[in-house]
Amino acid sequence: MHFHRYEKIWLGFGIFSLVLFLSIVGVSAFGFNHHPTGGLDTIDPEKVEETPPFDQPGVKRLDENTYEVAIIAEAFGYSPNNIEVPVGKEIIFRVTSKDVTHSFSIINTNVNMMVVPGQISEKSYTFKKTGDFLILCNEYCGTGHHYMQAEIKVVE
Amino acid sequence: MKAMICKQDRKLAIYHILIAYLAFLIGTFLGLLQVFIRNDGLELPKWLDYYQVLTAHGVLLALVFTTYFIFAFFITGMSKTLGDFGPKARLVLWLGFLVTTIGTVIATFMIIIGEASVLYTFYAPLQANGWYYVGLALFIVGTWLSGFALVGHYVSWKKSNRKQLSPLFAFMTISTIILWKIACLGVVATVLFQFIPWAFGWVDTINVELSRSLFWYFGHPLVYFWLLPAYMAWYLVIPKLVGVEVFSDSLARLAFILFILFSIPVGFHHQLVDPGISSFWKFLQTSLTFMVIIPSLMTAFSLFGTFERSGRRKGGRGLFGWFFKLPWKDVRFTSIFIAMFFFIPGGAGGIINASFQLNELIHNTLWVVGHFHITVGTPVTMTFMGITFWLIPYLTGRKLTKTIQKLAFIQIITWSIGMVLMSTAQHILGLLGAPRRTAYSAYNNHPTAMEWFNGLISNHITMAIGGTILFFSAMLLIFIVIYSLFLLPKADSLGDRVEFPIAMSDNKDTPKFLENWWLWIGISFALIAIAYTIPLMDLIQHAPPGSKGFKMW
Ligand code: HEM
Ligand SMILES: [Cu+2]
Repeated sequence: MHFHRYEKIWLGFGIFSLVLFLSIVGVSAFGFNHHPTGGLDTIDPEKVEETPPFDQPGVKRLDENTYEVAIIAEAFGYSPNNIEVPVGKEIIFRVTSKDVTHSFSIINTNVNMMVVPGQISEKSYTFKKTGDFLILCNEYCGTGHHYMQAEIKVVE
Repeated sequence: MKAMICKQDRKLAIYHILIAYLAFLIGTFLGLLQVFIRNDGLELPKWLDYYQVLTAHGVLLALVFTTYFIFAFFITGMSKTLGDFGPKARLVLWLGFLVTTIGTVIATFMIIIGEASVLYTFYAPLQANGWYYVGLALFIVGTWLSGFALVGHYVSWKKSNRKQLSPLFAFMTISTIILWKIACLGVVATVLFQFIPWAFGWVDTINVELSRSLFWYFGHPLVYFWLLPAYMAWYLVIPKLVGVEVFSDSLARLAFILFILFSIPVGFHHQLVDPGISSFWKFLQTSLTFMVIIPSLMTAFSLFGTFERSGRRKGGRGLFGWFFKLPWKDVRFTSIFIAMFFFIPGGAGGIINASFQLNELIHNTLWVVGHFHITVGTPVTMTFMGITFWLIPYLTGRKLTKTIQKLAFIQIITWSIGMVLMSTAQHILGLLGAPRRTAYSAYNNHPTAMEWFNGLISNHITMAIGGTILFFSAMLLIFIVIYSLFLLPKADSLGDRVEFPIAMSDNKDTPKFLENWWLWIGISFALIAIAYTIPLMDLIQHAPPGSKGFKMW
């Protein structure tokens, strides 16, 4: 197979950039723990309200610097739908669904995750500034999908 | 290679084109409704739901239009390069057409009667009428039949041309069909074993995350099923139009093989923000995803190589002189050139989307809608438009008149303008957080949401203006299609006839192993096994109690 000399340079450059890109992404993920949303815990979607932490959804202080926020998504809203968390502290969001697949997306942050029935989605985030953030569902869930929203107040 | 293919094969191709453009007509009209609903310019009557419209838009354009057009192109090209289909292959092609069409009709009917507003991705546990899934399954089965007929035609050519490499068109067609068949295994598995038993009530629950994973195992190679036929035009039609031979036969074949290998074991990059899949497997598939950059760069190189070679041969000098020697006045060329041009930001956007953590920023926002309208919605679709301009007159034996060529220019230019407006607005709105797949909503006048309606370009109005221009362009295309089918003057002499432009490809130095399909299929399955076995086993073994079906509309 014949590769033109310029093509070798071009592909060499391409492959080099590829390796560079992937290393940056990989190091950032596995070295600095910048993973996209995950969560490997499962839950019975019909018993959400009886299963901790969703039996008492809302904000819970775990220690000085960490808070857990448990949220239940269902068509077409979140409970609780108005929460308050402190700025500058690590917030661990744990979200699950009682019915269909939704999303839990806090606009203008990196919190944007699918909420799949049977699974508990998890994302840790630290707010850098105070304010009222809009939470919405960006995975189609039915006729009222575009009304599905909540708010999160970030305070000092 | 004959100038004209036989009548029965032409008829097959024309029927495929008819259905493709019927779907295009309805689908683009629904697109027009969507842009106006989203900016509150239009309210649907009670009996019609936004998500019903959106389901039909996705199914009719992304599945029906593309698939039928692709088969029309394959049938014509295979008949041209390998000779007329035998009676058996032709029969199976008609059978495939029939089954695909029955599937399309069933699925569309279910959408129309409001029993399947689940979008074209039909995520569980939203539950449509079981017949919707049956329709989709038949659609796939039909394409398999047609695919087998094409493979059969190829095999019989191989038998009578032992030890010869197949013509490049046939090679690429077979690669695409192989890719499609391996890809469909995922969606067939989830539809047959999960959705249908569940939707008809034979089982109560469904494993949701597993169904999502099987869907996306199919969903990503699906986009390559759209793209590869467009690439075929880029590799084979473009050189002919600019008057040179194929840049490199072996590299073209290698690129297609790499596309088969690296477009399937990568579905998790659509599930980067899903729970239930560990970061390790997401990252592994992200890395495999990025490998398609290699054949993409090879394609870009040979295209520019082709342009430059042609331009220089025509006397273009200096670093960029060749550029001005390209046949810009030929709409068959310019349409595809613009299509390629759109693929530069389109491909770059794809790299962003697949970049692991970065995906959180844009997942399910309007950015994604902007992205696929400048990948499948323009590079692929406009390449198909560029093919249509000559394919229909070629099949109907008519002359391509000056007037129609002018109209074709207006059509592609308006499509480009409309698409730049619509997709730029969508990209920016997406970065501002505006969600996709939503009817109009101001989110109780939340200040963040209000921004999406007040920006200069980042505005739902810009999107609607773009969408309107696009719709105008689509209707012009429909006019051109009808005119080319029925009204263009008949070509009397052979010289008047529109040709099927296909470049010579010198395969003297092409290594034989490139056409060793079992080798590539084997490697492909090995990669799939590495990328999928463990995470899928996990999803099955650690499955939570399943989900009942929900009808939320
Ligand atoms: C007149 C031209 C078109 C217009 C105005 C248009 C408009 C739109 C809009 C506004 C959306 C997003 C709706 C939402 O997320 O709420 C959309 C979605 C979509 N469009 Fe188009 N579009 C056009 C042509 C096309 C073409 C040619 C294709 C592909 C061949 C295409 C494929 C899709 C797909 C796959 C979706 C996603 C559906 C979903 O989210 O389930 N569109 N279109
Ligand atoms: Cu929702």
